[in-house]
Formats: sequence, C-alpha cells, structure tokens
Amino acid sequence: MALNLDTYLGVHADALKLQSRRMEVLADNLANVDTPNYKARDIDFRSALAAAGGAQAPVKLSTTDARHLGTDPASTADAAVKYRVPLAPSLDGNTVDAQQEQAAFADNTVRYQATLTFLSTRFKNLLTAITGS
Amino acid sequence: MSSFKIFDIVGSGLSAQSVRLNTVASNLANADSVSGDPNTVYKARHPVFQAVKAAVGQSAGAIDRASGATVRVSGIVQSNAPPAERYDPGNPLADDHGNVYAPNVNVIEEMTDMISASRAYQDNVEVMNTSKDLMLATLKLGD
Repeated sequence: MALNLDTYLGVHADALKLQSRRMEVLADNLANVDTPNYKARDIDFRSALAAAGGAQAPVKLSTTDARHLGTDPASTADAAVKYRVPLAPSLDGNTVDAQQEQAAFADNTVRYQATLTFLSTRFKNLLTAITGS
Repeated sequence: MSSFKIFDIVGSGLSAQSVRLNTVASNLANADSVSGDPNTVYKARHPVFQAVKAAVGQSAGAIDRASGATVRVSGIVQSNAPPAERYDPGNPLADDHGNVYAPNVNVIEEMTDMISASRAYQDNVEVMNTSKDLMLATLKLGD
C-alpha cells in the first residue's frame, strides 16, 4: 500500500502554513504600531484551517491556470484575515494594541512549536518503520 | 520565498523606529539652539509613518497576496508651533530688541516619544528573534 504523505501528516502540515502566515500578520501589526490609520488584523484560525481541509483529506480543485481558485491553505488564509475589533482605538485611527499583539504572537509561537513537535514525531515514526530497528 | 517576508516587515519597522529615534535625538540636541531670527530658528522634526500594502497579484504565490503591510517613513514634517521668545540682551545672537528665539521643541514630549520608539523597536527585535528561532527549528524538522 502506497503511503500518502499528505494524509500521514494530517492537519499539521496545513496548520504549520497557517501559523507562519499568522506570524506575518502579527508582525505587520507590531511594525505598524505607530502608523496613523493602520488597522490591526489577525487570522481567524479555526475557519482558515477548516477551509484548508481540516483533518480530512481535502478534495483538491484542479488548477490549470495561475488565476484559478485553489484549495491551497495559503490562499484560504487570505480570506480569513480579518480586522481586529479595537478595545481602545487611539485618536490617530490606529487600532494596534501592542500588548494584545505580543500576547497573540507568543500564543502563535507556542502553537507553531507544538505543530513542529507533532510533525517531528510523525517523521520519527516513519523513520522507525523504515529502518525497522 | 514568502517565509522570509517577515524579515522585510520587521526590518521596515526597525528602520522606521530608528528614524524616529534619530529625529528625537536631533530635537533634543537642538532644544537650546537659540537664534536671533524667529524664521531661522530650529524647528522640531517629526517623522510621518505610513503602512505599505503589498500590491495585489504582483507576486506569483497566493500566499503573498494579502500579506505584507510594511511600514515606511513617508516624510519628516517640521512643527509649526511658534518659537519661544526670550529676553536675553546679553546673548550675542539677540536681535535689536534684545530678544532671542528658542526652538519649539517640547522636551517632555520628545522624551515620551523616545520611550515609545524604543519599546516599539524592542518589540520588533523580539519578533525577529522569535521568527528566526522558529524558522531554524522548521529547517531541522525530522531530525
């Protein structure tokens, strides 16, 4: 039986892509902490991951042109990027709350590392199966 | 490669904040540079930040499409507040009425601006370090 690496890695491969995308969005927010009229954004992780296929093997749309819509988690992540609801917007129209962004970044870092650990374990299991020792 | 975009974002944040620190330093250094002419006296400078959104459809991958709002300094404006007039006839720069004009630098404002810039700079450095660590860990995946 042929091994499907996509199925074997499960949700973690998609999760890793989304988490690195979220890291970018949060870095955007922190870089623009003092930019007037900048609106803070974040990724709705649950819906992005669900759109990326979740735990089940996603049905892929065939893309024969660069402009075709795909089910690539990266493109679904773009749809899930949403503006944050500000707790205390400042007068210059900026809605970045540095503390909130730092907390979200730390949260995302831990999740990224957890996903890396999961993936690493899968690879180690595979290696054990191959070497048989 | 899109994963390295985060370094562009963080780098733009670092450079914008360091421009801001530079203007603060310039304002504080010239806080006492008096002049005999209200038009030529030093005026406080402040940078104007602007978010730069990545152009849609410019890059090949879909992942690049909505990401990347780097920051840039779109200009440095001079404050229009009137300079402080001071009677100091002993000063060699004083005008006919014995007045000198001090720059419109608000030292307290500049100090708080400096603290804010320094914190934002530290935030960006922290983001850079963390994402670098994560990227290195990703490269070692499966070890």
